Amino acid sequence: MSETIKTDVLIIGAGPIGLFAVFELGLLDVKAHLVDILDKVGGQCAELYPEKPIYDIPGIPIITGHGLTDALMQQIKPFGPVFHLGEMILKVEKLGDAQFRVFTDRDKTFECKCVVVAAGGGSFQPKRPPINGIEAYEDKSVFYAVRKMEAFRGKKLVIVGGGDSALDWTLNLQPIAERVTLVHRRDEFRGAPDSVNKMRALVASGDMDLKIGQVAALEGDNGQLIAASVKGKEATDRIECDAMLPFFGLTMKLGPVAEWGIKMEDELIPVDTAAFETSIPGIFAIGDINTYPGKLKLILSGFHEAALMSQKAYHYVYPEKRLVFQYTTSSTNLQKKLGVA
Amino acid sequence: MPKINFIEHDGTRHEVEGETGSTVMETALRNDIGGIVAECGGSCTCATCLVHVDEGWFEKTGGPSPEENDMLDSAFEVKPTSRLSCQIKVSDELDGLVVYTPAYQGR
Repeated sequence: MSETIKTDVLIIGAGPIGLFAVFELGLLDVKAHLVDILDKVGGQCAELYPEKPIYDIPGIPIITGHGLTDALMQQIKPFGPVFHLGEMILKVEKLGDAQFRVFTDRDKTFECKCVVVAAGGGSFQPKRPPINGIEAYEDKSVFYAVRKMEAFRGKKLVIVGGGDSALDWTLNLQPIAERVTLVHRRDEFRGAPDSVNKMRALVASGDMDLKIGQVAALEGDNGQLIAASVKGKEATDRIECDAMLPFFGLTMKLGPVAEWGIKMEDELIPVDTAAFETSIPGIFAIGDINTYPGKLKLILSGFHEAALMSQKAYHYVYPEKRLVFQYTTSSTNLQKKLGVA
Repeated sequence: MPKINFIEHDGTRHEVEGETGSTVMETALRNDIGGIVAECGGSCTCATCLVHVDEGWFEKTGGPSPEENDMLDSAFEVKPTSRLSCQIKVSDELDGLVVYTPAYQGR
């Protein structure tokens, strides 16, 4: 069943810029929902450098990606943003002036007055191993995510990887699969020690297999896998399987943004620098995904873009009202919204 | 300045100057070497700047740190001399270094 959600603004991307946009919009009484393909907020800050220091956030000499995300979440809390995580926007439809309908890959529909694309480098998607002919098996017997565990009941599975995704799915699917073979390039695992121990115990009791090596070739027919060849240090083993689940982490791909009818330039969205609006009035682009003369891909630039975008978005949401500029330091009105006055 | 040699998967060879103290990844990007993506910008968190160090040079570059080795799990066609180029610092000792860039970094 598709569900329709009404909101003032839909923000695509819950990275630092999408999060800060909630703040700037919120000060102007504009409500926002956010959609992100990751299962967590923070975007690249959460996915690529959660523990790495960032030194160029104004006024904050040093903060980690994780720390910045947490701080932004705290800062926008008064505005009650609603998050839709693990979802990808497939389509953006313009219905009329300040009227859009937006569809996700999880059958959700949004109706909003403005769309803010804060999608950074696009969407994080699973890395695809460079195995000859793997495309033919994808979504038939090679899967980069598990949507329904039941689909693997009674199947012979090859799971590839050494991190938590590979280990978690190994442990979750082992009880219902006919046989699970975990394939990893080395006999060391970076996943949670507890999961590693559980996996090793299953290998020791003969309830699953562990192969050290890299998948070199696939064998099958019409998209249905029959076996995977695993090249180890000394020999190549043929492992019979019905499905393979490779977990090599994520990489940024532009994704469906290019298909929404917005003018693009080299995988980026050109915007005006007064309001960071795209070629379609009512659709804005802020942060790493936009381009304009002098653009710098910095978080601080994205923050500025979010502030200016909000001024224009306000007029789409409240066409009859006049916007009076106010400072959080001195405006009781703004302080009430922030819950401090 | 130390010279760094990049050999792309199709055999194209580039000899470029590396800046002491910068990384092999940065040297590659500055010189438009094919095959290096470096999505995370050198944080050792994406494994898209993989190179295969020439065997003769591996002793000088040394092997990956444990953290880097963890990231190599997210790379493809990893060999015994594979490294993430953002984790190799250019130095006079590495003058003449030879590394091979792969055809594919995961995207």
